[in-house]
Amino acid sequence: MKCQHCDRQAVFHITELETGEVREVHLCEEHARTYLNQSEAAGEPPLGKPGGLATPLGVGQTAEELSVLDQKTCDMCGISFFEFRNQGRLGCPHDYVAFEKELEPLIANIHGATEHVGRRPQQAAAIVMPQEGTEGLTRVIGLRLEMKEAIACEDYEKAKENRDLIREIEETWLGPAVAPPPPEATP
Amino acid sequence: MKIDTLTDSIGEWLRGTGPESDIVMSSRVRLARNLAHFPFVGRASEQERFDTEALLRQRIAAAPLGGSLEYIDVGHLEEIDRQFLVERQLISREHADAQGARGVAIDGREQVSLMINEEDHLRIQCMHSGLDLAGAFEQIRAVDEQIEKVVPYAFHPKWGYLTACPTNVGTGIRVSVMLHLPALVITRQIDKVFRSLHKISLAVRGLYGEGSQAMGDFYQISNQTTLGKTEEELIEQVGDVVPVLIDYERRAREFLVRETQENVHDQVSRAYGILRTAQTISAEETMQLLSRVRMGVLLGLIGDVTIPDINVLLVRTQPAHLQKIRGVELDTNDRNIERARYLRHHFEGGAEPAN
Ligand SMILES: [Zn+2]
Ligand SMILES: [Zn+2]
Repeated sequence: MKCQHCDRQAVFHITELETGEVREVHLCEEHARTYLNQSEAAGEPPLGKPGGLATPLGVGQTAEELSVLDQKTCDMCGISFFEFRNQGRLGCPHDYVAFEKELEPLIANIHGATEHVGRRPQQAAAIVMPQEGTEGLTRVIGLRLEMKEAIACEDYEKAKENRDLIREIEETWLGPAVAPPPPEATP
Repeated sequence: MKIDTLTDSIGEWLRGTGPESDIVMSSRVRLARNLAHFPFVGRASEQERFDTEALLRQRIAAAPLGGSLEYIDVGHLEEIDRQFLVERQLISREHADAQGARGVAIDGREQVSLMINEEDHLRIQCMHSGLDLAGAFEQIRAVDEQIEKVVPYAFHPKWGYLTACPTNVGTGIRVSVMLHLPALVITRQIDKVFRSLHKISLAVRGLYGEGSQAMGDFYQISNQTTLGKTEEELIEQVGDVVPVLIDYERRAREFLVRETQENVHDQVSRAYGILRTAQTISAEETMQLLSRVRMGVLLGLIGDVTIPDINVLLVRTQPAHLQKIRGVELDTNDRNIERARYLRHHFEGGAEPAN
């Protein structure tokens, strides 16, 4: 990929993440330096644009390193890190585990912190709330996706296995009959 | 719920009461929450959106949330009704424009609204009139605690509440205060004030306008970060600057009265005059003029209008409200004519013109 401002190879791929808007910038080393200096010199962000969210992601990484990183995907929802960088939105709760290493610097940049200290869901009768969070339940996102794929390949054995497993996990967490009723005819 | 029943009422946050309500229009707290066992809305299939909507709707309906909630199926609303809910600040513009199964549960006083399938599966919002962040937080926390008993929120011990956008992760809380700052605008101090807010990482945006271009001198101040601080600390972060801003605005108002009394009185009276006599008027101009009149009332320069009156007009002269009140769809030109007629009748003190 070429630099946006000249013909040299782009080695810096910067994702500017602002509320509701993601912009990608591809620059050669020289233009990247100018770009980053500018952003810093500008100091206070323009009014209305939340400052501090302009987040250089992958600065200092080579194009190769970054493209390897981009191909990383979440086992549950299937989103790739590249898709996330493009959209600025994650695919599922498991992404915070799957992309933890990649997200950490980004989150540190946005919030100036990497550790939650606020409220936590309380242990309640209806919902099991273990210390390690809800990751165990999040598993069913991947199982559902697998089930869909199995049906597409006419592997009904596998699909049935997954369906039963999903039901079992959901019931453990949420009590029986949590699954919403089958959709009525869509109007 | 019929949208039409909302047309005749006004939201609690428009009452124009509560602490500091001459400057602080409303205080709002919002929580972003997601189900642990579904993809985030942006990645969910049509069926998954349908399932999350059904699950949340049913479980919220069954939860003891104190007071009755009315559910509106936003996915099946006409565009004008969705726009109406946006003007009412019960749903976001994004929620109105989104696709697929989605809805909102609203309490009778329009303080609490629960948006299902916005950017996150659940966005809980609580809005109070005047400066009352503590009250809004207390109410929203009670709602959140009831829902977490019956809905498995996506939660990670290190990252906190997990959200579709990393900018909301952690507490998932957005605390905001809407301020009316006409004197700071007139005295050209507003930019300076906001630059100093950015330094302490608070976000500022105009209420009705695009981006920073505030319409009618209404500004919303909110926290930018959601991780690494407790909910109380984040509320404090916003709450602490509000008295400072109130003080600036009060001083600017005093300055205007002291130094430029005639000018201000003239501006305010002209604004009032246009609102009472115009034959066609845009929503933008209306908002701008209502803002000036609002200040005039607070400075004691206009006597026969009340603040709640103006607050209500600010909402009811917006496009969807105007059309709902009239009961017909109108194009921009016709809306401008109807808006002017509505305002004239309102200020004449007479009954509003029949449809
Ligand atoms: Zn270059
Ligand atoms: Zn995922």
